[in-house]
Amino acid sequence: MKNAGKVVIGVVIGFVVVFGFPFYYNLGKANVPPKLKYDTPAILQYEKQYGKKECVESKEFMSAEHMQLLNQWRDAVVRNGDRIYVNSRGESFHMSLQNTCLNCHSNKKEFCDKCHNYLAVNPYCFSCHIVPKEKQS
Amino acid sequence: MSINRRQFLRLAGVSTVLGVGGASVLSALTGKGEAVSQTTPHFTTDPRAITGKRWGFAIDVRKLKTDEDYQKCISACHDIHNVPDFGNPKDSVKWIWKDTYEHTFPTVTEDEIMNKELKEKPFILFCNHCAQPACVRVCPTKATYKRKDGIVMQDMHRCIGCRFCMAACPFGARSFNYRDPRGKDANGRPFIRKENKEFPTRMIGVVEKCTLCYERLAVGLLPACAEASNGAIVFGDLEDPNSEVRKVIDANYTIRRKPELGTQPSLYYVIGGRE
Repeated sequence: MKNAGKVVIGVVIGFVVVFGFPFYYNLGKANVPPKLKYDTPAILQYEKQYGKKECVESKEFMSAEHMQLLNQWRDAVVRNGDRIYVNSRGESFHMSLQNTCLNCHSNKKEFCDKCHNYLAVNPYCFSCHIVPKEKQS
Repeated sequence: MSINRRQFLRLAGVSTVLGVGGASVLSALTGKGEAVSQTTPHFTTDPRAITGKRWGFAIDVRKLKTDEDYQKCISACHDIHNVPDFGNPKDSVKWIWKDTYEHTFPTVTEDEIMNKELKEKPFILFCNHCAQPACVRVCPTKATYKRKDGIVMQDMHRCIGCRFCMAACPFGARSFNYRDPRGKDANGRPFIRKENKEFPTRMIGVVEKCTLCYERLAVGLLPACAEASNGAIVFGDLEDPNSEVRKVIDANYTIRRKPELGTQPSLYYVIGGRE
């Protein structure tokens, strides 16, 4: 073959162009993590009363570990019949996704879904647990 | 220079003590030790919770006079637990229902001459919360299991919808969601007429049943059917000889459904004795 070198180079370039597509296609597009909204009436009311916004645990813990925490809550409530969670600050909470979590975070679309869609995860909590009504946006 | 065994052991011991002690001194100085003074997160029971060893019921259907009385018990349960009404007996989901004497006690030999009232009165039925539940034995995922207080619980999170429990239960107390309970029928009427926002629904493909109002017992409330029954359904601890159920059972003649199967049902039907 006379042009073996050129063919090989062509193949390599073709390979880079095709398989590198996702990289250069998204190059320069800022991959902005979603901004979650903490402005539901219940949260604003809490802030007014206590002067701060806080969840059952620290914000860092909740964003990283809420799925494990919810699993523990589920097992404690359904399996062991324990309904009270005492957090690291010593405060007690009624363990309930529907009645405690969603009571403050009544904006599933702006809160749960924002992050879950960004990370392409699809938890099926809400096929049974009822979500509070919110306006279509 | 070489060291002998004694020197080596001494050196190792001293450096271990220094190392361990040093670490704690260091963490105390840098303030890392503060984490110890925080509460370790843990779970506890609600102080209002009603507890018992083996929950049971004494049911006196003679106190349920009209059809409305039955309906009151049934809707008290079905409304708060978001039980769907598919409008089709083949798909029906029921936690509590009523049925005839023959269907309730099919294995009791029928007498030639029988008390007419007993034979014609509908009986109110729900999960028997058996002491030896057949459903629990067959569940491959332990989605249904026996709680310490005798409740035969159904963990909808774990149910894979295999329906073994439905085949095993001799009392027909379990229902399968053949359709999506959140859906609507052909006329656009939702299967769950009015959602109770404090209780979850179920999803298509899981088995559901009476959970003995575990969520109500946990906050100190009686089971919904007992509360709505006007005294016809008496709830209490079967293992406590002073409980109200035991008093009703002691004072009356009661029968249970299919006792010969050995599942030890916890529902006692009062059929005679003091009113």
